[in-house]
Amino acid sequence: MAQGVWTIAEQRDGEIRKISYELVSEGRRLADALGQELTVVLLGADIKDKAGEFGAYGADKVLVADDPRLEPYTTDAYVAVISQLVKANDPALLLLGASVQGKDLAGRLAARLDVAMAQDCTAFAVEEGNLVATRPIYAGKAYAKVTFVNSWPQLATARPKVMAVNEPDPSRTAEVSDATFTLDDAELKTKVVEALRDESGKVDLTEADKIVSGGRGMKGPENYNILEELADVIGASVGASRSAVDAGWRPHTDQVGQTGKVVSPNLYVACGISGAIQHLAGMSTSKIIVAINKDPDAPIFQKADYGVVADLFDVVPALTEEAKKYV
Amino acid sequence: MNIIVCLKQVPDTETQIKIAGDNQSIVTDDIKWVMNPYDEFGVEEALRLKEKHGGEVTVIGLGPKRVTESIRTALAMGADKGILISDDALEGSDSLAHAKALAAAIKELEYDLIFTGQRGVDDDLGIVGAAIAEFLGIPQLSLIVKVEVSEDGHSVKVERPIEGETLVITSPLPALITAQKGLNEPRYASLPGIMKAKKKPLAEKSLGDLGLDSSAFGLDARKLKILELTPPPARAAGKIIEGETPQEKAAQLAKLLHEEAKVL
Ligand SMILES: Cc1cc2nc3c(=O)[nH]c(=O)nc-3n(C[C@H](O)[C@H](O)[C@H](O)COP(=O)(O)OP(=O)(O)OC[C@H]3O[C@@H](n4cnc5c(N)ncnc54)[C@H](O)[C@@H]3O)c2cc1C
Ligand SMILES: Nc1ncnc2c1ncn2[C@@H]1O[C@H](COP(=O)(O)O)[C@@H](O)[C@H]1O
Repeated sequence: MAQGVWTIAEQRDGEIRKISYELVSEGRRLADALGQELTVVLLGADIKDKAGEFGAYGADKVLVADDPRLEPYTTDAYVAVISQLVKANDPALLLLGASVQGKDLAGRLAARLDVAMAQDCTAFAVEEGNLVATRPIYAGKAYAKVTFVNSWPQLATARPKVMAVNEPDPSRTAEVSDATFTLDDAELKTKVVEALRDESGKVDLTEADKIVSGGRGMKGPENYNILEELADVIGASVGASRSAVDAGWRPHTDQVGQTGKVVSPNLYVACGISGAIQHLAGMSTSKIIVAINKDPDAPIFQKADYGVVADLFDVVPALTEEAKKYV
Repeated sequence: MNIIVCLKQVPDTETQIKIAGDNQSIVTDDIKWVMNPYDEFGVEEALRLKEKHGGEVTVIGLGPKRVTESIRTALAMGADKGILISDDALEGSDSLAHAKALAAAIKELEYDLIFTGQRGVDDDLGIVGAAIAEFLGIPQLSLIVKVEVSEDGHSVKVERPIEGETLVITSPLPALITAQKGLNEPRYASLPGIMKAKKKPLAEKSLGDLGLDSSAFGLDARKLKILELTPPPARAAGKIIEGETPQEKAAQLAKLLHEEAKVL
């Protein structure tokens, strides 16, 4: 009988990523609901010294797979290792982040293990010993509650920034052990040959705590500096609507929406964005939504917690000044 | 170079989604069905690679007969052949089962590269691409915005944006790529293209034709079970910020974000 909750930690260049703590925290709640142990699985090269951190967030055990071929992430290597560990230990729940890495990994793992997978979930619960996952479908126009039938481990990914992170308890520690696995070089077909860093230093939209987004109402690429200035003051990343991206004003990686990024920041400020259904799809799980638009009938106001009907070119710079009082 | 593009038919992104009386499915009466937007990127990229390296582009869709229309759209864009996998026994199957049937159909073909979308904009799962790659035993490259096939046609170099950086990855062929926005601007089907598409081969296959046992498909074989569909959680009615001037409105907004919403 499958036993135990596993979360797959995510790290890059030896740094643990925030989604890992979101997963451990949620994993702890689920493990308590099941009355089972929580294990964090950490893969990487020379990564063992980071394993100790997870105890404070609620992990009982940390299983470390340390191998030079596990840095950087490749689907081939990670799937090979994790599927072996799963087969050897038979966990009941396997949780990953719905990050770029986690989504890639979870899809392939599902197929390798021949189990179902619930992608990009916004809530988890345990009912009668089974994981029940809630996930937005049709770009958030409906929510599906799903569970698993004859499918172990029950595999799901959690939308970044949705699950609350536990207050770390330094007195709690986890038992750290080395994972046993084999990796065959012949299996490792893809190679990361280069990493082109985004020099702007801005936090990726999917990980940002605050986002200031601009749409066609920005009128041109040169005007985004007023959003950058607000973003600098409040510690936000700048996003865009598809219209702005398709016009060539902003890079594709900035697009929020159905064919762009799905984001869940604490604060989303939409400036000169009408609120088309495909845009709302990408940001409707934001905690606080602010809309600044001169058209009082713009659909974005129906989703906004705070709406400002005004010319953004007047309001945004004024808001930047006002915000300085509070940060 | 032979390229396969998987093509899913999904409700147009403008569609209002209504939940059916069973609370487990959606009302499909008024839905306009279109090619998944991410598959348009796949078709476009396949056509560009064909224009550069030669070869053939085959599109494969799985679903009811209406999927034929989306396959014809891809043929009108310039793809050479279409395959529709359609079988009553598929009704109610989950994504893993779909991937098995798609992989079985692809196995019968010669291919160097396969494109799928990074996710379907219907159930937003993003599992079928990875699963097809696994069932075929080939590497997957997901969320790709740039594709370069080597001169000899034996390998591919791609760009994959991840949080805060873009990875350049190489892989031997055959491989499967999942397409992401930014890969290209899909072309529209031209009128002559639409005329030509009518004469292009479009084969229909059942599970039996693919040598698959239909008992492994359908509602009873589902591993992911839908308990309930609900409308999105309602958001509390918002406030419209009052004020005579933009400055006053900005001051009021900042104050509320600080005191009430506690995000500043
Ligand atoms: C398949 C498909 C996928 C799509 N995917 C996405 C997606 O992922 N993301 C996305 O965003 N869109 C997407 N779209 C496009 C979407 O339908 C809209 O066209 C787009 O979101 C509109 O962008 P916008 O709000 O910036 O522009 P508009 O709709 O033109 O709105 C501009 C707004 O700015 C306001 N404005 C103008 N000037 C000012 C001013 N000075 N001060 C204040 N307000 C001002 C106007 O009142 C207006 O409301 C998709 C569409 C399709 C068909
Ligand atoms: N029924 C299907 N027929 C053909 N291709 C599909 C089907 N379902 C999924 N795909 C492919 O897999 C991608 C991801 O879909 P999904 O995993 O359902 O989110 C789609 O963009 C298609 O390329």
